[in-house]
Amino acid sequence: MQHRVTEFFVGLVFGLGLILSGMTDPGKVLGFLDLAGLWDPSLALVMGGAIAVGVFAFALAKKRGLSFFGVDLRLPTQERITQRLVVGSLLFGAGWGLAGFCPGPAWVSMAAGQNKATLFVVFMLIGMAIFEVAERRAQAAQAV
Amino acid sequence: MNIDWIHFTPWMSLGGGILLGIASALFVLLNGRILGISGILGGLLAPRTGDIGWRLAFLLGMGAAPLVFAAVMPPEFMPVVRIDASEPVIALAGVLVGVGTRYGSGCTSGHGVCGLSRLSPRSLVATLCFMAAGFAIVYLLRHAF
Repeated sequence: MQHRVTEFFVGLVFGLGLILSGMTDPGKVLGFLDLAGLWDPSLALVMGGAIAVGVFAFALAKKRGLSFFGVDLRLPTQERITQRLVVGSLLFGAGWGLAGFCPGPAWVSMAAGQNKATLFVVFMLIGMAIFEVAERRAQAAQAV
Repeated sequence: MNIDWIHFTPWMSLGGGILLGIASALFVLLNGRILGISGILGGLLAPRTGDIGWRLAFLLGMGAAPLVFAAVMPPEFMPVVRIDASEPVIALAGVLVGVGTRYGSGCTSGHGVCGLSRLSPRSLVATLCFMAAGFAIVYLLRHAF
């Protein structure tokens, strides 16, 4: 239960950060991605502020090896730069540039009652489901 | 390069970014996990026993943010939301973001915030890729034709 409360609270803080920073406004996100137009540098400060805190937290977490709740750290172990990583991230960036939504802000805006954000989340989940199906087929094909 | 001084919100964006950093810090230090939204959502589509509750708790907390924000902050802090893309474009963008973040193992939070914070070369490559694609698409849509 302690964990569920923490997860809820952390999700809340993250959502508040997205709203305060301006990330839930696709117009602002696209203003940042529009280098050749009138450029809004705000998102660089969002990333900078987040990383300035995060870098210390991850250094401490790695040094400890265990979380303060006593669970093992579950950090990614993959280190290779793969084609999947590059192609997937390019596709994600293309979608991000088309609408100005990435997953977190879309989720928060859906909760705020924005219909277009809800539409985005529905199709994002469809995209994620397509990935799951494709992965299972690939695994099944390998197993044969 | 022309700066959009009217929409530039340095203090709110920096403050919001620090909150994102605090949330990511709490998540790894208390729960031992990477705070990555696409992974948290995507994991619900192939659920394993005991792996659902934490995802739902987190997503519910995020979903409570607009209500809490409106309750504690003065109204002038509530950002204006401008969604100009048409419904078909939003649907296409959603599919691209869904497929892309799962194949690429992360999005702006998992790679951009957490990955860069833990100095992961993979996340640096991913972040450069999605940023570059975002810059390119916006350039094509707004300036190329």
